[in-house]
Amino acid sequence: MSTTIAPSTETIESAVLDNGLRVFVKPDRRAPIAVSQIWYRVGSSYEQRGLTGISHLLEHMMFKGTARYPEGAFSEIVSRQGSRENAFTGRDFTAYFEILAADRLPVAFELEADRMANLDIRAEALETEREVVLEERRLRTDDRPEGRFLERYAAVAEAGTAYAHPIIGWADDINAIDEDDLRRWYQQWYAPANANLVVAGAVDPSEVFELAEAHFGILQGPQAAQPCDPRALVPPGERRVVYRDAQSRLTHLRIGYRVPSFATAETEDDAYALMMLATILDGGEGGRLTEALVRGSRQATVINASYNGMTRLDAEFTCHAVCPNTQTETLEQSLRSQIARLAAEPVSENELRRARSQLIADHFFSADDVFNQAMQIGQLEAIGAGWATFSAFEHKLQSITQGRLQAVAERYLKAENSVVGILSPIESDVKAV
Amino acid sequence: MELSIQHWCTDNGARVFFVARRGLPTVDSRIAFNAGSARDNTLPGLARMTSNLLLEGTAEQTAGEISQALEQHGARVEMRCGRDTADVNIRCLSHQTHLGPVFQTIGECIGGAVFPSDSVDRIRQRMIAGLAQESTAPMEKIEKGFTEAIFRDHPYATSPGGESDSLQAIDPQRLRSFHGRYYVGANTTVTLVGDLSRAQAERTAEQLVAGLPVGERASALTPVNPPSGRLVSRLPFEAEQTHVSIGGVSLPYGHEDHPALHLGCHILGGGGLTSILARRMRRERGLSYSSACKLTAGAAGGRFQMKTHVRNEALSEALSVLRASLRELLDQGADTNALELARENLLGSLPLQLASNRDLLERVATIGFHGLPLDDVQRFSEKLQQLDGEEVRAAMRRHLDPDLMATVLVGPELAISRVE
Repeated sequence: MSTTIAPSTETIESAVLDNGLRVFVKPDRRAPIAVSQIWYRVGSSYEQRGLTGISHLLEHMMFKGTARYPEGAFSEIVSRQGSRENAFTGRDFTAYFEILAADRLPVAFELEADRMANLDIRAEALETEREVVLEERRLRTDDRPEGRFLERYAAVAEAGTAYAHPIIGWADDINAIDEDDLRRWYQQWYAPANANLVVAGAVDPSEVFELAEAHFGILQGPQAAQPCDPRALVPPGERRVVYRDAQSRLTHLRIGYRVPSFATAETEDDAYALMMLATILDGGEGGRLTEALVRGSRQATVINASYNGMTRLDAEFTCHAVCPNTQTETLEQSLRSQIARLAAEPVSENELRRARSQLIADHFFSADDVFNQAMQIGQLEAIGAGWATFSAFEHKLQSITQGRLQAVAERYLKAENSVVGILSPIESDVKAV
Repeated sequence: MELSIQHWCTDNGARVFFVARRGLPTVDSRIAFNAGSARDNTLPGLARMTSNLLLEGTAEQTAGEISQALEQHGARVEMRCGRDTADVNIRCLSHQTHLGPVFQTIGECIGGAVFPSDSVDRIRQRMIAGLAQESTAPMEKIEKGFTEAIFRDHPYATSPGGESDSLQAIDPQRLRSFHGRYYVGANTTVTLVGDLSRAQAERTAEQLVAGLPVGERASALTPVNPPSGRLVSRLPFEAEQTHVSIGGVSLPYGHEDHPALHLGCHILGGGGLTSILARRMRRERGLSYSSACKLTAGAAGGRFQMKTHVRNEALSEALSVLRASLRELLDQGADTNALELARENLLGSLPLQLASNRDLLERVATIGFHGLPLDDVQRFSEKLQQLDGEEVRAAMRRHLDPDLMATVLVGPELAISRVE
């Protein structure tokens, strides 16, 4: 049975303005809407201790107004267009978006161009927004056992890299950042030459380029700066973090391997191979892990494997399981032998076919939402891999052989690259939940 | 805002709703059974467990073989069981070499599920683990507490995920009889959206429900009733924030006041940063990351809910802001600017809600299951344009009585015991 796919979606067009702003357009005319996303190449991995969380805090301040559009005016104008707007901060980017009727795109450009250059950072607004961010931190991290665990896990798993601290920042840094810090951060990173504008939807690329020139073309700014990354230890060595939490009622086991991303891989085939390996282990109820450890030995209640190669620095290949008891040792051994098996013997033809079909199908499913189409371009650009990375997606997946999968598993999925994280309830004698 | 929904019935009485959408080689579909947790009766969790076990085995195939059969084609299948419906959601590539075998397998499973006892035990353990997880998540705790408080003795009051005791009591026999009663053609709605012709859609729909007997439609649920008075429910949970929900029962799908009430709630706490609650709670006071008002409908009635989370010290202030904001809208109505802002936002955002195939599926499936007019979106949009401020206020006063609302608090004992 072969994987037959209909002709691919339309192509991406790009242009660069004189001031260095890069513009990407992906037409999709299934519905009369458009997504506009402006991506700044700055995120938590650009920060040092003392300023952690500043990218995210600045993202919040970007909604606090300019001289032309004071606080509230931006959101009100966008809202009257029936538009949805928001922003998100990651380790490698800070991005702002509007989703709106395609003919209203000029409104989004006008407002984004204005706040790229003219943000008014006021002390009073900062004090209110700092409280909002601290509430966000409590919601996502401080008040959830998994949130508390994952922050500790990342600090160990990413120790020595710029991914070790949380995107939202450590609470003491959030409290200490002042408006001068924010102004400097804004001036340093919010420049046309450090931004990518991505538009997807029912639009004509040449019209979008013209519109971008009209709104963003007049802006000036410094040349794009480079983040200063600490040199990571290679290999990082085997690490372990065991965290007992008074509120946790379940035991979680996580094993992560430091692996290349689409940006850091010597050859992108390695990144594709890692995607396929994760799909062979998981990719649904029919994957190896669920078959062997959930339906088979019942050592896990739920189990999954994932690889997210969309990172500027090295990525993580992760296995995560919820254990039916607090005895994680045997489960850890079983997981390790599943990993070892990937290097020791070739995957079957059936498994290979299943992984390819799933990844290709998921690629199309994700394109159903124009927001995702824009996200993909924005992320690939933000990490430095380039928007064209997935243009031969299907062909690439078909070309990865069983031998390559084995070699990649052997090279990267080994103990000296791994970290084990365990989250468990405090009473160590808790049996079933 | 025409959706061009096509509608017909299969040979065994399932209702089918179809929208052709070309341009992407995929099909999104949903089989919705009128078999949600409102049918649990004395065993909370029965409906969801039945739904979770649909792909766990037939007389011919094991769970592993079924997953393999679907995943070889890249299909994504997800079960969802809420209060009204148990849904099977399927995403599949539209080429016949994939679509045919995938829908064939799904059809065999939903008609011929055998509920093997080892799968029943495993899914039970997974659901019990899910309950343990929920008990450590304030957002899940408040969701449970809130529905219990407003729906009380109505079948909607229990959580679709069930309770540990009831999950323990469910055996394969119970599951088979629930399946036999509710998984029948007459109780089924199929929705298809995507890269299909009408002829393909007809074949596909027949294939999906082929294994179901005609059966009988489930009886209508009793409508929900408001509580008899104001109540406060306090659920202790050690945390730096207290989660707050204030609200009550509201309108079922299809009620004529729905557009007016929807607009009113949008003014109060609808999407984005411009609503009254977002402005007062977040922008002006920095009390909360998110504060919103949600109006949801169901077959037997809906719910109105103001939601937020605040640091413990600010709880009392937050409660005053939420209650006063609602009270003000009921007493004085919205000012013209706020009304127009909300109206323009709702009208302008309608195309956004129908843009992806998946969103379109959601909308069409709701229209289909709840028997709404096929031009529901059009009607909603026209009604929105006509409403004036007084109509909105009148509808809110008719259906949202603060004296019949519950306040539910999840937070540390000390913080939640100090407020009313």
